[in-house]
Amino acid sequence: MVRHQCACKILQPTNTSPDTIAGGGCFDAEETGRKTIGGCMKDSGEDRCSGKGRCGNCGGKTAGTFGPCVLSQLSQSGVEMKGWTESKFLLSCNKNPLCWVTELHHPGEGGKTAGGNSANTTKSAKPAPQKKDNSSVAASERKGGDRQTDKDRKKDVPHPRMQFDDENRVEKAKKRSVVKQAEARNRVELFRHLPQYEHGARLTDLESKFFQLGPVHPAVYKVGFRYLTGDISGGNARCIAMLQAFQESIKDYSTPPEKTLIRDLTSKINCYVSFLIECRPLSISMGNAIRFLKRRITSLPLNLSESEAITSLVSDIDRFINEKIILADNVIVKHAVTKIRDGDVLLTYASSSAVEMLLLHAHELGKRFRVVIVDSRPKLEGKMLLRRLVGKGISCTYTHINAVSYVMHEVTRVFLGASSVLANGTVYSRVGTACVAMVAHQFRVPVLICCEAYKFHERVQLDSICCNELGDAEMVSRVTGREDINSLDGWTSSENLQPLNLLYDATPSDYVSMIITDYGMIPPTSVPVIVREYGREYLLI
Amino acid sequence: MWHRSASFILDKQEQQRNDAAESRPISPASIAMKENPSANVSMYYQTRAEHHGVVTSDWLAQAQTAVAGNSDDDVAQSNGSGGEEMDKMFSVVDEFNNWRKQPDLAEAVAAIRALASAIRSSQAKTMMELEIELKKASDSLKSWDATSISLTAGCDLFMRYVTRTSALDREDFGSAKSRLLERAEKFGEISYKARRIIAMLSQDFIFDGCTILVHGFSRVVLEALRTAVENKKVFRVLCTEGRPDRSGLRVSNELAKLDVPVKLLIDSAVAYSMDEVDMVLVGADGVVESGGIINMMGTYQIALVAKAMNKPMYVAAESYKFARLYPLDQKDMVPALRPIDFGVPIPSKVEVETSARDYTPPQYLTLLFTDLGVLSPSVVSDELIQLYL
Repeated sequence: MVRHQCACKILQPTNTSPDTIAGGGCFDAEETGRKTIGGCMKDSGEDRCSGKGRCGNCGGKTAGTFGPCVLSQLSQSGVEMKGWTESKFLLSCNKNPLCWVTELHHPGEGGKTAGGNSANTTKSAKPAPQKKDNSSVAASERKGGDRQTDKDRKKDVPHPRMQFDDENRVEKAKKRSVVKQAEARNRVELFRHLPQYEHGARLTDLESKFFQLGPVHPAVYKVGFRYLTGDISGGNARCIAMLQAFQESIKDYSTPPEKTLIRDLTSKINCYVSFLIECRPLSISMGNAIRFLKRRITSLPLNLSESEAITSLVSDIDRFINEKIILADNVIVKHAVTKIRDGDVLLTYASSSAVEMLLLHAHELGKRFRVVIVDSRPKLEGKMLLRRLVGKGISCTYTHINAVSYVMHEVTRVFLGASSVLANGTVYSRVGTACVAMVAHQFRVPVLICCEAYKFHERVQLDSICCNELGDAEMVSRVTGREDINSLDGWTSSENLQPLNLLYDATPSDYVSMIITDYGMIPPTSVPVIVREYGREYLLI
Repeated sequence: MWHRSASFILDKQEQQRNDAAESRPISPASIAMKENPSANVSMYYQTRAEHHGVVTSDWLAQAQTAVAGNSDDDVAQSNGSGGEEMDKMFSVVDEFNNWRKQPDLAEAVAAIRALASAIRSSQAKTMMELEIELKKASDSLKSWDATSISLTAGCDLFMRYVTRTSALDREDFGSAKSRLLERAEKFGEISYKARRIIAMLSQDFIFDGCTILVHGFSRVVLEALRTAVENKKVFRVLCTEGRPDRSGLRVSNELAKLDVPVKLLIDSAVAYSMDEVDMVLVGADGVVESGGIINMMGTYQIALVAKAMNKPMYVAAESYKFARLYPLDQKDMVPALRPIDFGVPIPSKVEVETSARDYTPPQYLTLLFTDLGVLSPSVVSDELIQLYL
């Protein structure tokens, strides 16, 4: 066991009993339950502890976040704790998933607040690395005995999103960001933790920066641009576009000298991902796809040549898109079509690709039904769906969400799409879906959600506030095509007026009758079963 | 026709006008030979009525004419077809019907025994061939009676077992075949054991002095009550009449033999007596993916009343009844019709609701007693996913 001393020299572990503390480095299976201390910054070129360091054993980079119970565990094991504050880190090495390094931090280091978010501050220092990566997010429950499994599990859980109401972190993120954004004015207090930027300025800014954005591949840049302008919208479309852009960039990839393919490619992907996040926050389906891609990269055998690795990754992405999105949609349509009978009145909200495919297929099969499309401002996505359905000869009714309780009495089935389904059966979908589902439930109309399995997530959300996305507030005040409606003009100057344009909401599972996935028709309570049984499969294939 | 909105009535009238304009192309001769001869009546419920219901003279007369009709059809069919294939498939259905006639045998067990006999009589030389033949036999069984859920579920289960065994293709054909046969035999035992397990599990819920409401003739429920009597529990049973099968009369007979105080209710008296009931215990024809059950007509009504009065509702069902169906409402299932005898002639203009079963959604059920344990309704989907995916 090698012992390291932190450059801040605070740590002088006095207890060297081998069963509680080892000095810095990897441990493998039989050493689970030990904490290691070390992770010195000495050779990294930085002259103070910043919570990042290198693994004492293998030299891999560490990522930091902390857990307060580490403190208690350490104090129990007799390490001297004088002068320490709550800001302690439990780090682990990225390179070797079994590396655990505990670096104990100088109390003078400012700005650290409780919770896993401190990792974000340090992480923002490098825009890419471990935003989505999961090497040891130390949560409060840290049991010595099953640290291995905890760690593996934590590897799967994506990092919580950055909270935008802390000034320090926002400042640091801004310094490193590629896209310069001005924060929107008149922000709603309740939603301060979500990012919101002035819409118009970003586009021109990005355009001017086009030739300076070295690290970002042009395909990714193009996709990011399209997200910004709202050209691509809808979970599946965004995911496919992003994956295809990544495919392009991987095809053009070549390993720089003195770097390994796996690590370099991973950091490149991280870089692209953070660029895309700045254009538009990721949807949950995109997050799952990125996790899949990263898993595939890290699980590449080391002896593969570069071209083989690249072809393997490219075909993996193709397979993911094909199996998890396109074929999955076919299976969903096949199942859902059995639930449409002749004489049905089907209601759908906004525009979902899965529901559209389903309606077109049912029409092709010759079923006689009519469709009620409920739409809402400011996006008015239902209009395009209406156009396409009427073009195929389906009789449609189009109405605004204000009238949903008026039309619901003649509806026999409600088909909705989802951006994601969470572990407790909550459906996270376009804002307004919860309203429609609630009214349908009240009228005892069955609500069927069509959602591919790759969009499932093990997160639990109880309301629509803690995690959401804010759109352009300007769209609330303006109505396209009606220039005469201008009573909200000049809202930016009024302090008391704070327009809010939410994009998603959470529908409780009680309102949902069944979820139709490519694994069949399941009740909403079975979503965690699918995640549990097939989580490995649909991420690792 | 009487849907909720005016627009629908107009649509429907237009449709009827269109239909009247066309000629009817279907003729009886073109009906597929494999189809159930009495197409409007569910064989499953007929059989159950035969086993458990009280036979009235009217019904007997109907049954005799139906049987006579059957034999006519049989003759026609065997004359019409000559292929060996048809004979084989036909024999599976025959076997099944034979097995089914035994009152104590569960539907799914009968199906599996029929499939086992199909294996025995098959001439296949390889596993793939056997699998294909079995699939055909299973499909024909399922289409023979599309309304029986435990039949479908039993066939599916066995097919799943077959595909899983055939995946381990390392041994020779003969031993694989005999293993399948063994498994089929074992299934009967498993089914019987399942009833014992469920009876044991339900003992914890039957306490001294309780009043149980029972609906429909379920052998599992009877087994549970018999075991309770053996354990010297003191309880009484309220039993619904269960028209049109009048299965309740049979249940009360059985319980009276066990010296359990039984009170017979007409179906409409359930709400009236629900106050004095401590729990409702029913069996199930099928347990669907949402966790709800499909059972004899009247179960949904009782579940609604029980929920309104806060009485627990327990379902006793074996695990082979779990089916991959997911009805959204009462009409979302394959209709299963039964002739209802009112005792007096009904004018032909009057429609009669002849459906034999209804669907009880999971929110009205408290617990399911199965051979896998005491489950809550949402676990059914968990089990189904593990079994079938």
